Amino acid sequence: MKLLYFAWLKAKTGVAEEELTPPPEVATVADLLAWLATRGPGHAAALADLSALRVAVNQEYAKPGDPVRPGDEVALFPPVTGG
Amino acid sequence: MIRVQQEDFDVGAEVAALSAGNHAVGGVAVFIGVVRDMAGDEAIGAMTLEHYPGMTERMLNSIEAEARERWPLEASLIIHRFGRLQPGERIVLVATASAHRHAAFEACEFLVDWLKTKAPFWKLEETAAGAKWVEARSSDDQAAARWHTGSKPDASDAAE
Repeated sequence: MKLLYFAWLKAKTGVAEEELTPPPEVATVADLLAWLATRGPGHAAALADLSALRVAVNQEYAKPGDPVRPGDEVALFPPVTGG
Repeated sequence: MIRVQQEDFDVGAEVAALSAGNHAVGGVAVFIGVVRDMAGDEAIGAMTLEHYPGMTERMLNSIEAEARERWPLEASLIIHRFGRLQPGERIVLVATASAHRHAAFEACEFLVDWLKTKAPFWKLEETAAGAKWVEARSSDDQAAARWHTGSKPDASDAAE
């Protein structure tokens, strides 16, 4: 699974992109976020406030209950501020 | 049509091209977003727009398709820049062409409201105290949400 981090999430996790293989019990976006938070202090800090977080699975906005699968591209970012 | 690019755009040329040869167009509405030199009471030196290549194009295409479904548009254009921009530089161009003005005005406003809340761009502002990520504003969410309910936004919240 390809994980992408944008804006301050990139600074906090210390990575822009990483290829990960979550354990099989990670079935949803919420599962994935909980698992990612255990991967180190940077990830824990980035994921401390889930209300400040938006998630896209395969470049579409996703909700906590939406499924994630091996091979997905999952992006984590703060609420957008373009325009 | 949508474009995501680092370079500036020529507003006159873009708007002229939008309705060129199409005499069904009776009006073109244009919104141009520009970098301010202040954020609240803090001076901004420059800003850098980061985006999510791939998803940005996908979201802009989907927002444009939605506008084309809701209003009888002859043509539409969204150009959004990324990279480092100075105060006074253009960030975004949204233009909508229709037979009549109401559709053009409304669709243009809809597109701007939606791209502010959906398109994956993030602004990093440079201030005397250092660089900081701009936080999303609830007034932008409210401005976008009114297109679901059909109600008008509170004027004070929607003010830029």
